[in-house]
Amino acid sequence: MEIALVLGVPLLGALLLALAGHRSWAPELNATMSFATFFATTLLTARVIAGGTMVWLDERFIVDPSNVLLVALAGLLREQFFVDPFNVFLVALTAFVGFTTALFSRPYMRTEQDHGRVNPARLRLYHSMYQLFTFTMLLCLLSNNVGVMWVAMEGATLSTVLLVSLYRTPASLEAAWKYFILCSVGLAQALFGTILLYFAAEKVLGPGGTALLWTHLHQVRGQLEPTVLSLAFVFLLVGYGTKVGLVPLHNWLPDAHAEGPTPISAVLSGLLLNVALYAVVRSKVLVDGALGRNFSGGLMMGFGLLSVVVAAFFLSRQRDIKRMFAYSSVEHMGIMTFAFGMGGAVAAFAGLLHMTVHSLTKSAIFFTVGHASQAAGTQNMDSIRGLIQTSPTLGWGLVLGSLAILGLPPFGVFTSEFMVLTTAMHEHSWATPFLLVALVVAFASIFGRVQPMVFGETTAQRLPRGPALVPVFAHLAIVLALGLYIPPYLVGWYRQAAALIG
Amino acid sequence: MAIPLLAQLVNVLAAFLLLIAFAMLSQRRVLTLIKLLAWQGAALATSTAIVAWSTGQTHLYYSALITVLLKVILIPWVLHRLIDRLFVRWDIETLINIPTTMLIGIGLVIFAFALATPISQMATTLTRSTLGIALASVLLSFLMMIVRQKAVPQVIGFLAMENGLFFAATSATYGMPLVVELGVALDVLVGTFIFGIFFFHIRERFDSLDIRHMEKLKED
Repeated sequence: MEIALVLGVPLLGALLLALAGHRSWAPELNATMSFATFFATTLLTARVIAGGTMVWLDERFIVDPSNVLLVALAGLLREQFFVDPFNVFLVALTAFVGFTTALFSRPYMRTEQDHGRVNPARLRLYHSMYQLFTFTMLLCLLSNNVGVMWVAMEGATLSTVLLVSLYRTPASLEAAWKYFILCSVGLAQALFGTILLYFAAEKVLGPGGTALLWTHLHQVRGQLEPTVLSLAFVFLLVGYGTKVGLVPLHNWLPDAHAEGPTPISAVLSGLLLNVALYAVVRSKVLVDGALGRNFSGGLMMGFGLLSVVVAAFFLSRQRDIKRMFAYSSVEHMGIMTFAFGMGGAVAAFAGLLHMTVHSLTKSAIFFTVGHASQAAGTQNMDSIRGLIQTSPTLGWGLVLGSLAILGLPPFGVFTSEFMVLTTAMHEHSWATPFLLVALVVAFASIFGRVQPMVFGETTAQRLPRGPALVPVFAHLAIVLALGLYIPPYLVGWYRQAAALIG
Repeated sequence: MAIPLLAQLVNVLAAFLLLIAFAMLSQRRVLTLIKLLAWQGAALATSTAIVAWSTGQTHLYYSALITVLLKVILIPWVLHRLIDRLFVRWDIETLINIPTTMLIGIGLVIFAFALATPISQMATTLTRSTLGIALASVLLSFLMMIVRQKAVPQVIGFLAMENGLFFAATSATYGMPLVVELGVALDVLVGTFIFGIFFFHIRERFDSLDIRHMEKLKED
């Protein structure tokens, strides 16, 4: 039942905010609904800690056999959802970051409204789509049906595209159009991949619903036709990879991040990219069963390494602060893709940990960046100066966030990057120099940019509303804590998930 | 003997689908493009219905019905209304001239067949030979999206690509499970409406639906 709650709350939120999203209290309602979603996921997490992996729904759902509606619903949704160690922490993470971003969005969007960049009608769209976006991501993570996973992923694109163009400036319209066209075409490739997967599975599992259910596919993964699956994986990787932002399919990503409202940049970077990578890894597990690890691993390592290197060099040339951190997201998604591509217990563990800490750190950075660019009145890094004088906590938030994302110990990003690097040295030593060079370039350029923005003479003005800094420091505290100590049940999940996907 | 005849019918419709994909590539008028899209939808729906009848897969009837409602009636009608309101009946300039595009298209068809042959040999469905055609029409729509500079033809290319994918699903596997097909249809429908909203925003900002106005965001 917890799954129904996790999915139902954001859907209800989308409906409520579609009606009342323009009211003055809508930001609070948005945060409340996001908190309710987060609360539902903690219930789900507690259930999984207690009872382990679960597939929902089964016969136990039919409490009253005479209820025709219930029986029909059970038939339609039979085994359509599942929770295992791989998706449970992503679900919790998605709901948590969704909640903190909603908190950040309260003062942020109000200030934007004061500046005249949005009006009540657009805020209604914004709030409603924010909830719908959360719903599609959670559906994508929880769905056991790879077809429904695709539908949810496309739904995530559709619900965010009008948010990217929320300000209706020429640049934001261009960014949204690019995002829409590139991601839709990319996902069309993924749909073809899904059709091929179904085609291979149908021979083993027989036609009908079960041939697309991941849990069933996982059981018969050794019997699936290798030729078909190799082709399917190429399409799936290119398709979902567009959404992950892998180079050379990343063109939409910096534009969409830079031109949309900052809360959306935070959830795109922190959550959507993770969800897309999750879809890639789920597909990889099935393909590895039929083909062995080399095929998919090689492809993912290639794409991952290319993303890390290209993004690091593009990153050094940016002037727009949000574009710079968007490229940093491409770089980190590359590291994760590379880690999952290497495979094996340690690398997969590192990839999962990196998914968690990157998501928390990057969204925290976007929160500070949002307030910083509001204070300075621009996103151009040359014009943002001396944040620490107008708002010390904001300045320190940006410094600490940047240090964390650059992989400085003792933050959690260091732990995962260190694990990726050492595994790479052991198993694929040729890749190590590329990774190291990219990390150094990224370090030099981000640190060199952030330092003058925070220290020195100020140009920024005091923000009329107090910035929402609790989410920033909460995220950074978790990242710091994960760098020092990972709770045993989290280690357990990571290990089990790593065993599943490695 | 009834089944081979039906299979041949499906093959004829598949050829028709490919022909329409080529016609779209060479067509400059937006109105004709919309008509071609509707015809492509009709061919898709007919072939789905034939497959449904010859194999007794009842869920394919629903799929065919959705295709008719959505891709033959609703979406072409919406697009028609849109271009009426936006006055974009003018001829379209293409990035590459049409004969060259056609030659590239032929290359793509050969590539698609080479790619699909090993898979269609494994298929047990009676329509397996059409998988290559389905892939070819997906790639041709892809090409169309690349060479067109206006927003509306790009969207038509996208919808044609979706048609190709549905055809691939019916020809390789007798269609995806109904839940998935419904979901995909919903996404396509919502997507079309969002495209429509977009057209108005773009027009309002740029006074034109030419994508060339939207090439400001580039790396220097």
